[in-house]
Amino acid sequence: MAESVNNSNGEGSDPMPNDRLAAARDAALAALSAAEAADDLQEWRNQYIGRSGEVTLLLRSVGSLPAEQRAGFGQAANRLKNELEAAFDQREAEIKADSGPIGAIDVSLPGRKPAQGRLHPITQTIREITAAFGAMGFQTFEGPEVELETYNFDAMNIPADHPAREMFDTFWLDRVDDEGNNSILLRTHTSPMQARIMESHEPPIRVVVPGRCYRYEATDASHEWHFNQVEVMAVDEGITFADLKGTLYEFARRVFGPERKVRFRCDFFPFVEPGVDMGVDCFNCDGDPACRICRGSGWLEILGAGMVHPEVLRRAGYDPERYTGFAAGMGVERVAMLKHGIDDIRHFYANDMRFLSQF
Amino acid sequence: MKVPISWLEEYVPVTVPLADLAHRLTMAGTEVESIENTASFDGVIVGYAVEVGPHPDADRLRLVQVDTGDETLEVVCGAPNVATGQKIAFAPIGTVLTDPHNGEERKLKRSKIRGVTSNGMVCSELELGMSDQHEGILVLPEDAPIGTPLNDYLGETVFDLELTPNRPDCLAVVGVAREVAALTGETAIPPSLDYPEDGPDIVSLAKVEIEDPDLCRRYTATLIQGLKIGPSPDWLVDRLRAIGERPINNVVDVTNYVMFEMGQPLHSFDFDELSEGRVVVRRARPGETLLTLDGETRELTPDHLVIADAGKPIGLGGIIGGTESGITEGTTSVLLEAANFDGSNNRRSASSFGIRTEATLRFEKGLRPELAEYGVRRATKLILELAGGTVASGMIDEWPDRGGAVQPVDLPVKAIERLLGVSYESEVVISTFERLGMKVASNHGKYTVTPPYWRPDLLIPEDLIEELARIIGYEMIPTMGITGSVPAWEPNPERDLREQIKDILSSFGMQETISYSLTTPEAEARARPPEHGLEPLRVMNPLSAEQATLRTTLRHSILSVLGGNARTWRGPLRMFESGRVYLDRGEGVGLPNELEKFVGVVAGPRSDLDWMSGEPESSDFYDGKGIVESLLAEFGVVASFVPVEETTFEPGRCAQIVIPSAGRAVIGVLGEVASDILSAFDIEVSPVAMFELDVEAISKLPELQSLGQQDYTPFGRFPDSSRDLALLIDDSVPAADVLALAERNRLVVNATVFDVYQGDAIPSGKKSLAVRVVYQAADRTLTADELIKAENSILRALEHNFGAELRTQ
Repeated sequence: MAESVNNSNGEGSDPMPNDRLAAARDAALAALSAAEAADDLQEWRNQYIGRSGEVTLLLRSVGSLPAEQRAGFGQAANRLKNELEAAFDQREAEIKADSGPIGAIDVSLPGRKPAQGRLHPITQTIREITAAFGAMGFQTFEGPEVELETYNFDAMNIPADHPAREMFDTFWLDRVDDEGNNSILLRTHTSPMQARIMESHEPPIRVVVPGRCYRYEATDASHEWHFNQVEVMAVDEGITFADLKGTLYEFARRVFGPERKVRFRCDFFPFVEPGVDMGVDCFNCDGDPACRICRGSGWLEILGAGMVHPEVLRRAGYDPERYTGFAAGMGVERVAMLKHGIDDIRHFYANDMRFLSQF
Repeated sequence: MKVPISWLEEYVPVTVPLADLAHRLTMAGTEVESIENTASFDGVIVGYAVEVGPHPDADRLRLVQVDTGDETLEVVCGAPNVATGQKIAFAPIGTVLTDPHNGEERKLKRSKIRGVTSNGMVCSELELGMSDQHEGILVLPEDAPIGTPLNDYLGETVFDLELTPNRPDCLAVVGVAREVAALTGETAIPPSLDYPEDGPDIVSLAKVEIEDPDLCRRYTATLIQGLKIGPSPDWLVDRLRAIGERPINNVVDVTNYVMFEMGQPLHSFDFDELSEGRVVVRRARPGETLLTLDGETRELTPDHLVIADAGKPIGLGGIIGGTESGITEGTTSVLLEAANFDGSNNRRSASSFGIRTEATLRFEKGLRPELAEYGVRRATKLILELAGGTVASGMIDEWPDRGGAVQPVDLPVKAIERLLGVSYESEVVISTFERLGMKVASNHGKYTVTPPYWRPDLLIPEDLIEELARIIGYEMIPTMGITGSVPAWEPNPERDLREQIKDILSSFGMQETISYSLTTPEAEARARPPEHGLEPLRVMNPLSAEQATLRTTLRHSILSVLGGNARTWRGPLRMFESGRVYLDRGEGVGLPNELEKFVGVVAGPRSDLDWMSGEPESSDFYDGKGIVESLLAEFGVVASFVPVEETTFEPGRCAQIVIPSAGRAVIGVLGEVASDILSAFDIEVSPVAMFELDVEAISKLPELQSLGQQDYTPFGRFPDSSRDLALLIDDSVPAADVLALAERNRLVVNATVFDVYQGDAIPSGKKSLAVRVVYQAADRTLTADELIKAENSILRALEHNFGAELRTQ
């Protein structure tokens, strides 16, 4: 080893500095083999190869040497420093190996936790729903929350004065469109996106459309004027009610669990015919008449659905003689409430960390 | 719609258990929301007084041997009217009764009364809560079956139906009976409409004219003379009460009853109050008023349809009658009206008066004009039976336009399978339609179906297919996986980016929040966002003054959320919202811009309290900045933070987020919220770092155009070396400039500030920056010489540009 220090110099080098290196090496190695404990090692490191250790200082002194000696000395000093570091590591390992276990700690003390935030339960639920349909080839679209009356109602087969408009208490804006006769409103459902998507796309269509909706109604534990819906639609040649049942059943299994039972009953929505209400069996009770979730019915209504009404297809420019389709819509808050046993819809937009941090 | 089962059974036999019937109705679209019982005598049963004898120790008490059906029990009773052989209401031990004096519930206990054990109680009407009659016990009819729960015997089971707007026919017990018949295979028999018409020809007595047939398609009327107004019989009173209606008198009760029975609203006029015996159905004239039965004087306009006599309005058609022509105790002649009013006009008028009646509920759904005649005949028959008198012969029937009759619908046989995915034998199809009262002809591959008049909702083949499916049962239709071609994938990078940002921010310990998108300009202004010069979009009918306009910024939203949580949440306050702002494009140009924004706040302790570090430090601007930098780093974007003054933020503590690689595009802003704004939001924690990001602007950055296919940059194979510099420099020099200058040296791969110090030993106006510089070359290990040379060159540049000097201890 010493050899490398001595002989690595170029020609005409001054032997003096290299002697100093050799001396430092001998002293350092001797001291290292005498080190017995971690403290000794630390001390040794400070003395020889630390920031102001002997070898480090020697390295730094390279600038004070005559120019022709600098390169050779610098290299030798660096080699020595590397050698000592390697020796240090080896001695450290030996000491560790000799010293046995390092001692117990209180493993019950909390760990150092990485910061953790969460997505809002509504975001999580929308993702679950869109993912369930996504697995069946449904693509996610979004659309405007501020909507034209024609899309929100007329295109959905709800003409003015139709009593069904009463199902949708509406917030109206103080605006009309460019023709001056089409009122602007806050959409009462995501269904107008059925028309918008059909107008801008050729069949086949398989879409899932989440988004905020608004209804002019008083807020209580189960009603919010501001809520989220997910719309689902498939339109093509040959889509049937049987497909509707199969698709929605698969969705229910994915979101509510594979053991869920599903029921489809007749219901009315102006933009579908036949109309469907889909429920899943209550996962809270076994037919307990006092069940606070299903109120004893044993079933939980999850979504409204049906075969797209021929008038809706026609208005969107699709030939109802050629194409059929099904559509479904569900309230995201309701799905989240059922899944998490949340008893009051108002929690969602109160944004209390004590609520949000639970999901 | 409430339907008492006994009432239903008048028109259709109920042959299945009620729970089963409720299930079938629900599955077929008429949801039975609840099955109620009008009685509330839980535990009380029908008992039989086998023998009544004296009490050995009390003259006023009797001992009654009560047969409960299972056993005979001895009961002490104080009522004077108890007698052997009576059917009585018996409360066994353990029955919970409501104390009539204080309303408290108490459980009946076995007790000794004057030395004799009483094993229950024989109840009075007062004790059952039926009335305040407490003179004696309730004596039941002789045929009351012993042992039957009193609820079953006295009470009435009522289905409460939740109806869909397309089924006005089920707003009538007869209509529900038809539905029950179709579902159970029974036959519904509507009530009888026959009665003697013994009076003079009605045409000689009364005359009806329809002036506005657009608002009144048909008007039928009968006249009953010489009747006597009085209370309704018990059966009618009980029925009305069972559905929650208040009995008034026999004539008014019949009109009400028939509306619920047949679905046709009716009105009765005191015929003697009608000038010239004439009824004119017309729009109100400007300035006309009417004192209505509820005591209000109504101002009328030509938008309102009135029933008038020769001179003046006497009622609001299909909404409410006038006081003057109303039925009183002295009324002896009644003109009975059953008309078909226009649903839209009826609804608008009713709501303009703030009235919402059962009649409007039916008219607005578009009743068929055929129904009027059946309604008026049914009510006439009942009035005759209950109030006597003579019915004028004939019926007034003004029906100017008989067009618009129910049209047959052609249903191609193939359409059924095409829509349902399953086909049915024609016998099944035809018999199902016939069960629903339709007439069916089948030829040339199609069914021609004529719906009954009470089903105005059946207009197109799909309507008929739904009828078929719901009567057969949706559960009988196969469940198939969707097949066919899957649409071409259409990317939506902006939405994907938004969702990705949500994930990244939450992974940095930020909680996502969602706030209302309706607010007020005043609420927004409290956060002093930059002026956008746009009028907010205003809701014409806000639910509350706090929800009047669509938000144009998210800043106030997140500050409100922070304010609320700062008082209750002890950990780090880090939250963000992703949402839209709604910016008007101006009047008459269509829908507003809905822009996706992010806003985030970082405040409170930097971490949860823990045992290693003790009380955590407070977060500040740099925590917010770190989140923004790391977020952008996820996309390979490096931002420059350029000082800017924005009113939301503390002066000197705000920066625009500028992207040099994108032509210095501004993607957002970051700063410490001004302290007076914190006070305005009641935020008790300080400082609060807040950032706002524009999703669209980020999505357009060049780094995101190749997301997922970023080019790989080889990393250095030769070891790097780091050296530290302690610099004394003018306070005004941004640290970022120092680092940028250092990094300009071609051997420098990275420069980082690891200490900033001002104070003792540092001249004022100066700061000490400790910078660690990492050097590396791609092709060799750098020598000490090279390092020193590079460092010296950096120092010279720093001195030249910023007057920086190397600090000597």
